Amino acid sequence: MDSVALFLPQLFNGLSVASLYLLAAVGLALSFGLMRVINMAHGEMLMLGGYLAWLTLMVVPGAFGILLALPVAFLGTAAIGALVHMGLIRRLADRPLDTLLATWGLSLILQQAARDLFGAIGVEVRAPDWLAGSISLGDVVIPSARLMIIVMTLLVLGGIALMLNRSRIGLDIRAVNQDRMMASATGINVRKVELTVFCAGAGVAGLAGVLLALLGPVTPNAGQVYIVPAFLVVVMGGLGSLTGTSMAALILGLFSALAQIFFDVSIAQMLMLVLVILFLQIRPQGVVAVRSRALDV
Amino acid sequence: MISVRRRVLALACMASSLALGACSGGQSADSGSGGDGIAVGVLQSLTGTMAISEITVKNAEMLAIEEINAAGGVLGRKITALVEDGASDPSTFAQKASKLIEDNGVATVFGGWTSASRKAMLPVFERTGNLLWYPVQFEGNECSPNIMYSGAQPNQQALPALQWAVGQGYKSYFLIGSDYVYPRTANLILKKHIEKDGLKVAGESYVPLGGTDFSGVIAKIQQAKPDIIINTLNGDSNVAFFKQMQAAGLSPTKLPVMSFSIGEQEAQAMGPRLVEGSYASWNYFQSLTLEDNAKFIAAYRKKYDANAAITDPMVHGYLNVYAWKAAVEKAGGFDPEKVRKAAATLGSFATPMGPVSFAANQSLVQKAYIGRLKADGQFEILSDSGEAIQPEPYDPLAFPGKSCTL
Repeated sequence: MDSVALFLPQLFNGLSVASLYLLAAVGLALSFGLMRVINMAHGEMLMLGGYLAWLTLMVVPGAFGILLALPVAFLGTAAIGALVHMGLIRRLADRPLDTLLATWGLSLILQQAARDLFGAIGVEVRAPDWLAGSISLGDVVIPSARLMIIVMTLLVLGGIALMLNRSRIGLDIRAVNQDRMMASATGINVRKVELTVFCAGAGVAGLAGVLLALLGPVTPNAGQVYIVPAFLVVVMGGLGSLTGTSMAALILGLFSALAQIFFDVSIAQMLMLVLVILFLQIRPQGVVAVRSRALDV
Repeated sequence: MISVRRRVLALACMASSLALGACSGGQSADSGSGGDGIAVGVLQSLTGTMAISEITVKNAEMLAIEEINAAGGVLGRKITALVEDGASDPSTFAQKASKLIEDNGVATVFGGWTSASRKAMLPVFERTGNLLWYPVQFEGNECSPNIMYSGAQPNQQALPALQWAVGQGYKSYFLIGSDYVYPRTANLILKKHIEKDGLKVAGESYVPLGGTDFSGVIAKIQQAKPDIIINTLNGDSNVAFFKQMQAAGLSPTKLPVMSFSIGEQEAQAMGPRLVEGSYASWNYFQSLTLEDNAKFIAAYRKKYDANAAITDPMVHGYLNVYAWKAAVEKAGGFDPEKVRKAAATLGSFATPMGPVSFAANQSLVQKAYIGRLKADGQFEILSDSGEAIQPEPYDPLAFPGKSCTL
């Protein structure tokens, strides 16, 4: 097989895989940085996003239903994120291990709920015709769905960066991130800030779920496939940093795609784990080290 | 706060024990030897990536048990089915098989789908001397007295598919599969035959079971430009594969795909339009026009779902229960050793896929069919093997000198 000819298409595929990793990981990274919460039910937000897309397409079939599904899934999973935060995570605020167990339990409950509600065999979400095709650039065939994923990821990333750096709530988030006690003392409503971040993270995961549905199955356990790479991205990126998370997603996505030129998918996944382990040996603080008080215990 | 913490802990424990299968349980247990009933195990994946395919096999097995009970049971005893969930995980299958046999004392077990699950259960059945009725097509290269293999051997599904493809003039083959024993072995056999016929293997790729990223595989397919893809992916991965192929402009109508694990039900779940035009090789299609088939479809749809799609492994699961009943009656008792010998000498019996029989190597003598998927999710049958094919667990090219005598 000609590995040189595979390089360009795989570069593009790597970008699209990296985008999915990033969308799946960004909520995890933000909520960890701010609250030291490891949300094991994060994958289920992806899964719920897929089902919300399916429900939206049932109500609004046709070519542009999928565009409507994006905000529906964002708001839907953000609302569920709000419930999770208020009902579970806030109540376990200072006990990270309990949060880990409780959110894992929640993940199993959500999976079983989806299985009971929608059936174990999954539902069909079809890409509309304008997304089902592909664009040819010379020898490289670029599937429109993957292009859409990259574009959406850039938009989401830009949106989050704007929110963090230009808005009032972003200022509050950065303040809480740097020093929770001081932020609270200056009158910032820490709970509101945490709730906002958690909802936004869940919403982005829901958005990712819609995009995933274009390329993969929508089943009760769909989220499980992406949760492990998402955790890898968060760990490698340096906990809680948006830049670090983006760079780690890019590194892992490209590495996995380019490794597939020479190896089977199974071996490529194994090599990706080896890469993360080696990387953390050399740079335990991750790609970008964040000076967050949340991390100094 | 303390009460909240306890509640959450209890919740977490409950959830984790569910995940580990610690507190699951079959329906009402009934001792295998005593009383009026006779207990049998039904062990399929009701959760996880294989649930898409296995739940309906469980349904078909339960339907057969119910029908047999309604007609008076086996040797005058009602069958009690103990349903267990293998959870798409081979070690869970082994645990549950051991539980069914050693704790519940079942007379026999119907179940399994992936070869990984069968390989994991095999030592349990050999150790306890019990009998497993396995309903799915597989890679052969195995010959155990404790398993009745009713699904197709490679020479009853994979090789007829290859012969058909060769007959259509396809010269370059790309093999893609989930990364476990069935696809690897099936492809080993196919490669030997493709090379023997002087044709070309354009490429070979494996994805972990349940994997959903096919970007690299599809890039390789686009480079290799094969005439046809032979697909041994299992479970949800198929949805991801066909969606990403379509996104890359390679729908099955442009680049033919021959699948060994996509039946009517998988097609329905994936959306027939996604896989329309792809080929499949099975020993049974729902579209077979046989009286017994029509009866089975009607009975299944009445019990479960008026629009249910019926697949090959479901029919194999269903006929396994009837074959067990006939063998028990021939043997005059439930001893697995006597039952398996009786089953191999039953002769021909009627099933929804027409008359079949078990050969001396405990595999099924059956026909092979090639079908093309239509927009309504049904297969148009393109060709059949004519006569029933004798099962051959050891392919002479891939495993020369090995034979199966039981």
